[in-house]
Amino acid sequence: MLKRVHFGPSLLPFLLVAPQIAITIVFFIWPASQALYQSLLVEDAFGLKTEFVWFQNYSELFDDELYFDTVYRTAFFSSMVAFLSMSSALLLAGMADRVIKGAKVYRTFLIWPYAVAPVVAGALWMFMFDPTLGIVAYFLHAMGSNWNFRVNGDEAMALVIFAAAWKQISYNFLFFLAGMQAIPKSLIEAAAIDGAGPGRRFWTIIFPLLSPTTFFLLVMNIVYAFFDTFGIIHAVTKGGPAKATEILVYKVYNDGFIGLDLGGSAAQSVVLMTIVIVLTVIQFRYIENKVKY
Amino acid sequence: MIENRPFVTFVSHVVLILGIVIIAFPIWVTFVAASHDAVRMTQVPLPLLPGGHFFENLVSALTKGVGNAREQSVGLMLMNSLIMALMIAVGKIAISLLSAFAIVYFRFPFRMMFFWMIFITLMLPVEVRIIPTFQVVANLGMLNNYWGLSIPLIASATATFMFRQVFLTIPDELLEAARIDGAGPMRFFKDILLPMSRTNIAALFVILFIYGWNQYLWPLLITTDKSMYTIVMGIKSMLEAAEESPEWHLIMMSSLLALLPPVMVVVFMQSLFVKGLTETEK
Repeated sequence: MLKRVHFGPSLLPFLLVAPQIAITIVFFIWPASQALYQSLLVEDAFGLKTEFVWFQNYSELFDDELYFDTVYRTAFFSSMVAFLSMSSALLLAGMADRVIKGAKVYRTFLIWPYAVAPVVAGALWMFMFDPTLGIVAYFLHAMGSNWNFRVNGDEAMALVIFAAAWKQISYNFLFFLAGMQAIPKSLIEAAAIDGAGPGRRFWTIIFPLLSPTTFFLLVMNIVYAFFDTFGIIHAVTKGGPAKATEILVYKVYNDGFIGLDLGGSAAQSVVLMTIVIVLTVIQFRYIENKVKY
Repeated sequence: MIENRPFVTFVSHVVLILGIVIIAFPIWVTFVAASHDAVRMTQVPLPLLPGGHFFENLVSALTKGVGNAREQSVGLMLMNSLIMALMIAVGKIAISLLSAFAIVYFRFPFRMMFFWMIFITLMLPVEVRIIPTFQVVANLGMLNNYWGLSIPLIASATATFMFRQVFLTIPDELLEAARIDGAGPMRFFKDILLPMSRTNIAALFVILFIYGWNQYLWPLLITTDKSMYTIVMGIKSMLEAAEESPEWHLIMMSSLLALLPPVMVVVFMQSLFVKGLTETEK
């Protein structure tokens, strides 16, 4: 951690860490502790008086069936996003790992959605699936479906899942491809000599050896689906219709900023914080135990 | 290539091309929509081939603005986004370099405590502390300006960790040599550490620029003044207006302008981008 050769104590190192620490305290640690504190308060409708209520906000939250609906919805949403984007990225990476001609070109065309902002991704997908004008909606209608994501909650959910998964494919693709290229060619060659075809080699050698990458990506995709998809949902459905696409982050924002239920929103923030901490710990444990080939 | 199986290779190419087509389809539709006039964009089915109004729409969006955000031209929003993204990227790199330098190269009291404080920020994304952070920024009078847009986002554990990792691989002999030649800590930092971490800085810059450009929730909370809107927020307010008066040709033109700068960065600085992505996420 510390260099064997280093400078002795002086004022300088304090000055060097000062900007980072100041920002961390003012904008991270202080607000987070405020969230903890506010989650124990109840404020009246006019913000005139606040009352310390211990864990009432939490008990209300955990008694609220609507909150658990949101939890299940978030779980469904993030597992669908993770599954869709990881499986398509794995397929594409497997193919890109095989081809020699044009590999660089393929990679270029597959990685750019990473750079598209969630809101913009939402706008593009919303436009394609717009019930009156959208080009894809037009074909869906022509096929006899009465697609309208503004009314039908399941369709709204499907649309935000597709938009979120689309944006994440690039990220997964890059990591899967790097993982595949790190697998020693001798293993694959040995299997080929033993008569294993490409499909069999993939499932018995490449896929198991990729499991650290897959696990890492699973955690990253869940984090992504939990937090970074706020923009997509806010732009496309605003959590609607009838809360059909309201995920946890959106509910924190909606209850706190729109509904002005500060205590309840703070309690939800604390629950989310706990989820992030658990995910971070899992991720770091994974890095420590990372299998090296 | 392990064995020659032309058919499997052919299938690989087909799957890749299909994948690219599906992934690029939303962009193609956007581009096509941005190149037609308002009348054509209300007739079903919408076109799948580009029309001839691209530059007209470009000028109109850049100078006049769209929908709700009519008072603000897209050009100005792009400028706001650029300033915010640059401030975030440069700020994060600067403070992370300094604190990583202090933590790796100095023995001083509370060193590990500072390290853990920085580490904690990893677990507190803005989404989980929305309201209290907003209150802090409001109390500091940083609503509706560039400082409020960027400073609360520039503390970064990942960047600090990355530079720490880089510094740990730099041989000790360099510091010994620098000391013998009479260089003080800051001289060593400027003349040896900075040049040696140049590619890492560049790779990180690419990632952070994209991160900064695409910020949405934070600007949404702290900007009410339309002159401070970033392009990503502008798109959102245009979409709201689209429910009454659809101006899809201009909205899609603005979306194109919003996604072009970060996409260009990824495409043209691909190797730096890949390096940055894989190194910061480790």
